Amino acid sequence: MKLPAIVHKFSSPKNFYTMSGKMIPWFMWSFLITLFAGLYYGLFVAPPDYQQGESYRIMYIHVPAAWMSMFIYMVMAISASVGLIWRIKTADLMASVSAPIGAAFTFLALVTGSLWGKPMWGTYWVWDARLTSELILLFLYLGFIALQAAIEDPRNAARAGAVLLIVGVVNIPIIHYSVEWWSTLHQGATVGKFDKPSMHISMLIPLLVMATSFKLYYAASVLMRARGEILRREQNTRWVKEVVENESK
Amino acid sequence: MSAPEQISSTMGAFIALIKRDLMLSYRHRNELLNPLLFFVIVVTLFPLGVSPEKQLLQTMAPGVIWVAALLAAMLSLDTLFKSDYEDGTLEQMMLSPHSNAVLVLAKIISHWLVTGVPIILMAPLLGLFMFLPWDGIAALMLTLLLGTPVLSLVGAIGMALTLGLNRGGMLLSLLVLPLYIPVLIFSASAVDASMAGLDINGQLYFLGALLVLSITLAPLAAATSLKISVE
Repeated sequence: MKLPAIVHKFSSPKNFYTMSGKMIPWFMWSFLITLFAGLYYGLFVAPPDYQQGESYRIMYIHVPAAWMSMFIYMVMAISASVGLIWRIKTADLMASVSAPIGAAFTFLALVTGSLWGKPMWGTYWVWDARLTSELILLFLYLGFIALQAAIEDPRNAARAGAVLLIVGVVNIPIIHYSVEWWSTLHQGATVGKFDKPSMHISMLIPLLVMATSFKLYYAASVLMRARGEILRREQNTRWVKEVVENESK
Repeated sequence: MSAPEQISSTMGAFIALIKRDLMLSYRHRNELLNPLLFFVIVVTLFPLGVSPEKQLLQTMAPGVIWVAALLAAMLSLDTLFKSDYEDGTLEQMMLSPHSNAVLVLAKIISHWLVTGVPIILMAPLLGLFMFLPWDGIAALMLTLLLGTPVLSLVGAIGMALTLGLNRGGMLLSLLVLPLYIPVLIFSASAVDASMAGLDINGQLYFLGALLVLSITLAPLAAATSLKISVE
């Protein structure tokens, strides 16, 4: 299958650099607006939970972070596959610069989950299925980052990373369900894990706003990192020298 | 070459490669003992570190033996491609007209025969060390029979990815161990269940499914990774 020429044109490092430079402020501003709106509605306007009181509000960070941790892994796997199949440099780049952001969101989800666990379950850590799969996801991210760091040639690093990501995508559902199965076997009803009733709309809306906000943040930060990485990798080309000269004026 | 001929010659290459690898391992048979000794020593450490009490060891036995088997399988991966990579044989193999995935599968099978099978045969002894009842030992051997090939297959991908790297060993464990988790979960719980006198078919079916999945897909991924590493 051939990609239309426009894809190649847009994805050339130089065009990508200029286009993304124009997109970043839009993402950044809409991120800030949705962030403040989401936090305000989540922390002040949404009603307290009938069971968990105020402490449920950490959900507005925790749940979007957990969603992002999986979303970014999927984005990485897809863009790495695109890079592997059509040999598009920028797609490789997106996968490798996304990894630290994804790992950070995974870590954030784990930390907020554990802080939430203290008042709810009475302990910071529970070998609950979701927490455990999230922890394993963090290991997968760290493995990918370590592999990228170990291979010097960026082209080979990208291809090796792509294989690892694809293997990871096949494995994530298997790991997830086996962990779920394991935790029901080991713990059953001993964990007082609240069964989530369908959420009230006044709580749901801030959550969705926060999720959008996190996605916008990811878009802005991944483009910033990609721009930096492009400059580093293409530092010997003429257009990069021109860009650097113009910007340092 | 016509299609049937091609198939039969690929089959020939497959068998020849298994024979060659088995012969090579036989010539270096001292090396084969290392992962096995590692397996035994790691399990021996647990009674020393925790307590020699029968009840406690029995509860821990499935997990401890399986974690030790996992680590031994992972460490033994080192011999899978390394010497062929260093002397250039691997490169020639990649250049041959036969499907790389088939050749990789042949290497994995012969590697499993010399590292996985001894682990299975050693398991009853360790089961006795850890006071596993006979039912538990039988389940342990069954799960090892289904599980260790998965470890070799999935590990081959990690090994292929880290082949040319200087400090590949630590990295390999980072890449491979998270992927081993499902095997560990189902195997250890099968042994657990068999000790409680429960049916273990469910876990065995799962392990079988994992084996079928990895035997189909892992050689392809490993062959692709090898190509990247060899280039």
